Amino acid sequence: MNARHPTRRSLILSALPSLAFPALVRAQTFAPLGPAAGGFAQPSRDTRLRFPADHGPHPAFRIEWWYVTANLTGPDGTAYGVQWTLFRSALSTDDAIPQAWLGHAALTTPDRHLSAERMARGGTGQAGVTAEPFSARIDDWALDGPSLSDVTMTAAGADFAYDLALATDRPFVLQGDRGYSLKSATGVASHYYSQPFYRAEGRLILPDREVPVTGLAWLDREWSSAPLEPGQLGWDWASLHLATGEKVMAAQLRQQGRAPFTAATWIAADGSPTPIPDGGVTLTPLETAEVAGRSVPVRWRIALPDRGLDVEIAAVNREAWMDLLYAYWEGPVTIEGSHAGVGYLEMTGYE
Amino acid sequence: MIRAGLMALLSHWRRRPFQLLTLVVGLATATALWSGVQAINAEARASYDRAAGDLAGAARETLESDAPIPPAQVLALRRAGWPVSPVLEGRVGALRVVGIDPFTLPPGDVPGDGGSFDPAFLGPEGRLIVAPGAEVPDGLPPAVRAESVPPGTAYTDIATAARLLEDGGYTRLILTGPPSLTAPPLTEVAPDLTRRAPDTGGADVARLTDSFHLNLTAFGFLSFAVGLFIVRGAVGLAFEQRRPMIRTLRALGMPRATLTALLGMELLILALVAGAIGVALGWVIASLLIGDVAATLRGLYGAEVAGTLTLRPAWWLSGLGIAVLGTGVAAAASLWQTARMPLLAPARPRAWARASGRAMRWQAGAALVCGAVALAAGIVGGGLVAGFVLLGGLLLGAALALPLVLTAALSALSRTARGPRGEWFWADARQQLPSLSLALMALLLALATNIGVGTMVSSFRLSFTGWLDQRLAAELYLHAETEDQAREIEAYLAPRVDAILPIRSAETRLAGAPGEVFGVADHATYRDNWPLIADSPRVWDRVAAGEAALVNEQLARREGIWPGDRIAIAGRDLPVAGVYSDYGNPRGQAMVGLALFDALFPDAPRTRFGLRVPEAEVAGLAGDLRDRFGLADDRLTDQAAIKRASLAVFERTFTVTAALNVLTLGVAGLAILTSLLTLSGMRQPQLAPVWALGMTRRALARLDLARAALLAGLTFLAALPVGIALAWVLLAVVNVEAFGWRLPLFVFPRDWLVLLALSLAAALAAALIPARRLARMPPAQLLKVFAHER
Amino acid sequence: MSEPLLSLDGVEKSYPGAEAPVPVLRGVSFDLAGGETLALTGESGSGKSTLLHLVGGLDTVDGGRIRLEGRDIAGLDEAGRARLRRERVSVVFQQFNLIPSLDVAANIAFQARLSGRHDPDWTARLAARLGLEDQLRKYPEDLSGGQQQRVAIGRTLAARPRLVLADEPTGNLDEETGGRVLDLMLELVAETGAALLCVTHSPALAARMDRRLTLTGGRVA
Repeated sequence: MNARHPTRRSLILSALPSLAFPALVRAQTFAPLGPAAGGFAQPSRDTRLRFPADHGPHPAFRIEWWYVTANLTGPDGTAYGVQWTLFRSALSTDDAIPQAWLGHAALTTPDRHLSAERMARGGTGQAGVTAEPFSARIDDWALDGPSLSDVTMTAAGADFAYDLALATDRPFVLQGDRGYSLKSATGVASHYYSQPFYRAEGRLILPDREVPVTGLAWLDREWSSAPLEPGQLGWDWASLHLATGEKVMAAQLRQQGRAPFTAATWIAADGSPTPIPDGGVTLTPLETAEVAGRSVPVRWRIALPDRGLDVEIAAVNREAWMDLLYAYWEGPVTIEGSHAGVGYLEMTGYE
Repeated sequence: MIRAGLMALLSHWRRRPFQLLTLVVGLATATALWSGVQAINAEARASYDRAAGDLAGAARETLESDAPIPPAQVLALRRAGWPVSPVLEGRVGALRVVGIDPFTLPPGDVPGDGGSFDPAFLGPEGRLIVAPGAEVPDGLPPAVRAESVPPGTAYTDIATAARLLEDGGYTRLILTGPPSLTAPPLTEVAPDLTRRAPDTGGADVARLTDSFHLNLTAFGFLSFAVGLFIVRGAVGLAFEQRRPMIRTLRALGMPRATLTALLGMELLILALVAGAIGVALGWVIASLLIGDVAATLRGLYGAEVAGTLTLRPAWWLSGLGIAVLGTGVAAAASLWQTARMPLLAPARPRAWARASGRAMRWQAGAALVCGAVALAAGIVGGGLVAGFVLLGGLLLGAALALPLVLTAALSALSRTARGPRGEWFWADARQQLPSLSLALMALLLALATNIGVGTMVSSFRLSFTGWLDQRLAAELYLHAETEDQAREIEAYLAPRVDAILPIRSAETRLAGAPGEVFGVADHATYRDNWPLIADSPRVWDRVAAGEAALVNEQLARREGIWPGDRIAIAGRDLPVAGVYSDYGNPRGQAMVGLALFDALFPDAPRTRFGLRVPEAEVAGLAGDLRDRFGLADDRLTDQAAIKRASLAVFERTFTVTAALNVLTLGVAGLAILTSLLTLSGMRQPQLAPVWALGMTRRALARLDLARAALLAGLTFLAALPVGIALAWVLLAVVNVEAFGWRLPLFVFPRDWLVLLALSLAAALAAALIPARRLARMPPAQLLKVFAHER
Repeated sequence: MSEPLLSLDGVEKSYPGAEAPVPVLRGVSFDLAGGETLALTGESGSGKSTLLHLVGGLDTVDGGRIRLEGRDIAGLDEAGRARLRRERVSVVFQQFNLIPSLDVAANIAFQARLSGRHDPDWTARLAARLGLEDQLRKYPEDLSGGQQQRVAIGRTLAARPRLVLADEPTGNLDEETGGRVLDLMLELVAETGAALLCVTHSPALAARMDRRLTLTGGRVA
């Protein structure tokens, strides 16, 4: 079980239809699962994911995303981070209502954090995803195959751009029960798989220079129709590339008046996942910083005693604030302690 | 103590309900006129703000093209990293439909509040977002109301707009942000699109209409001032009459401060009650006038203003505020005097009147100051504000000087008196003056305004109709649907009419502001008729040869461009050969010869003509053209119809002015009535001895009537020069600033006679009630004068 | 014996009361000869002022007759009574006798000019006798109470009426001033040969008259 599930990004999705539809989104996200949500397809434990077909969109589900983060290094050893995200949201169960697409992209250097977003109406050709050959696009941003195991990833904002090649020969990692990811408390579930093993290579474009980079990248694919639960304050989520070749996802959901709900997945170097149940991992903030007028933890201790993991992660750039219509913190981190490595940290709900 | 004191003070009003009525009516009327005008202004301003916040005028760059922009081009631009959001705009009947893409438009630019959106907006049926109260024609998608939408506009999803307007291409693209760092230049991606700076249309409208609203505000303020004269009179009298009571309360141990506070509280209560009534009345007035105001603003400035009012808290709060403030201003002197009144001062029933005598000298000084300010504003100042300062100084100075002028006039007239009755009549009139002067000053203001504005409007109308005759020389005006049709019609008409005069125009910038250029044919119609107010030798020859241009008066005055100066038109620098008057158009305009026009604006449509036809053949030819070419009614207009429509717009422009005029005069009449009524209670000591010495009550009443008529007549005479001066300022200063044209002053003595008769009638009507009361007063009441300490 | 200048016969007058009319005079009869001075005394509310107002043509009787120089004035209409006030009788009130908008000279001459009997010499002499030469351009409100009453007396006598009526003419003045004003009035009345009917509650004043009548409960006691 893990908590990197619909809840995580469905908050971002709540910002999706460009805030022009806040009432609508509120209704969607907080509505009890009743007739209103009944029109959307629901994840099923019996569904077997098939590739490459499931790399493409699932328009019968309410929300879906293609989410890539990359830890990169320049020729001088400087650490960089890159984010490329495409969200899809069905605004209604009515097929005649166009679907909404939202892109987030960011480039983080040790001293700058640049971000951009894109919005599009579905069905116009402005944004969309095809499974084979694989292509996910919005405006001038693209995640283009031949296949999802071999893509070029491009995005640009007014003050940055990047152009990376991601490739791997490892299989996709099915999260939860063969890609059926259940969340304990309410029985809400999603379909969820990842590709944490990309090797990345390419260039970063800044207004004053270009930087050749290499590194590691991590893809999350998830779709669901689950609404957000009330009482959630936000979450802290980390993906870790350990120097030993293992990958770890560790997350906690901060809840009003209750201990956080935690989740983690230990992914062996060969790609076999082990879900860690609630309470199996602890995330402890060690230091906070003033970011965009809020107090945000930028150094954490993550302990997973079962696997002998006890590390401190620290932000490469504390100012990794995604100052978009829906704002949150997302940026690269470095890992020290029982294990070394790099990773990505995402934090929401720090108002 | 406070309660008892307040009850004692308020008991005065119970005993004199009429005085209370006077005070409340005066204050309520003043507040009503003021807040009525404010409501209209607030509504208009809100409409401008909405228009300014409108997408069409949004503060963003746009990409535009002469032809519809294909959707594929939007995709190409976005693919290239240019963040554009398409807009599809068109008309469905009178409704301006604006299709937007809520996905790509920044949320702040999306009209309406979020609540007005739901998925149905994007659905196959679609939704329209319109202003509250807007009418939506049948057959359109369901409408959702939102405050921020400009009147006459409907926002809808771009897909819905495409369906409604049967148009697949976009009208323009909004640049919602900077392009991607890696985006190619726009000239590469979309060479055929023109990048346009943010539109400031809303601000332009606001600037143009400023003068109109300043006009209204000035009127509202004037009405308020007239109302305050009534309040001042009523409050002063009430305080005066309550002096003995106040002295008694003081003697009984009520501290001076408490008493003053109580009086202040009483005034506050009265102000709030009367203010509330006034605000309600103001709402009624504004509701009645807003339609005409909206029509005027649309006709004159092309500004869309909602024809209905919205109740805004800021508005009625400020209405109450101005009522309280006005009461404070009107009552300050009385309150101060009462607060300072020594406990043991002798009862001097005439002290108030005597104090008015002293006040008159102060007033004379103040009148001089006002006159000086007006003069200074007239000589030194420029601009609309200086114009209104000049007006204000003139009116206020004249009002303040009135008692002095009337005293002098009465003194002079009293010398003509023969016999004791006559002497007493004049002496008494002079003595009454201080008590009546506030009402008479109000009357002077109202009369002067009436004369001034009436003269201005009549002068304007005379100039305007004359100008229409000159300007609309062609008998028929034709607007073909296409250039092909225009050519066919031209060929058909050539042998059938005296002349075909092409009317060609193009929008351009003149002296840095949006304006219009016309191409003019070389024809006697123009040479003989065109209303030139300044010209130079061979003006028409030079224009026809393309050597010179004509500009309209607005442009000439605004930019100081007169014959001999030069103006740039579409990059061509031309000398100005003449200036023509051009009423009803706030923008700058220029005319050049047809050949030059074609060279400068080759793309301007060739679809409009003026036709010279013998009068008798107009109807036949028009019918013929309609049948043969299937021309819609609005494509073919005869001269008379245009004149009718123009005059209708003109008349409507001054409907509001006229209404406020009448209301102001009504308030002044009310001021006289209430002054005379309150005075009649005070006049017994003056009348009783005369009666006792052998005059009948009836004779005294007749003299009172005559006196009222005399004072009104004298006030009218005093108002006459003030009104003419006012008209001159309006025509020669305010109009030039507000509209850009200067008009000759014509006088209309017959209107004055009507006004004189009206003011005499008002004064007589006002004097009739107290006079009748006097004629029927029981002798015992008059006799009380000799027996009672009052 | 010649006919009396003024003759009252059963004069009745009531004023409207809260419920029923309140009778003020219940049949008053007396005569006054030319040149005679008569004090009319009585308690407050006895009707003496009312009687004076009736004689002066300022109010109308409810019953009885009032003959002045042989003609009944009870039946006169408003215009007739105004004429009577102008030409044949003249009243000095307790206070507020004067027209506030006219100066002293105009006030003194006013009634005489109204009745067409203005004699500038006589008026000037009167003003001098009353000690008002220096006050002629002043307005009533600028004068003291004694001065005002002297102006009122001057105005009354300027028209040389046959009958002078006075209603507590010194009632509003202090004793000394009142005495001087009364002396002047009696002196001048005697000079012009007019009769004087003076309402007063002052025994001292009444004692200066030829005759004295007392009203009690609306009747001559």
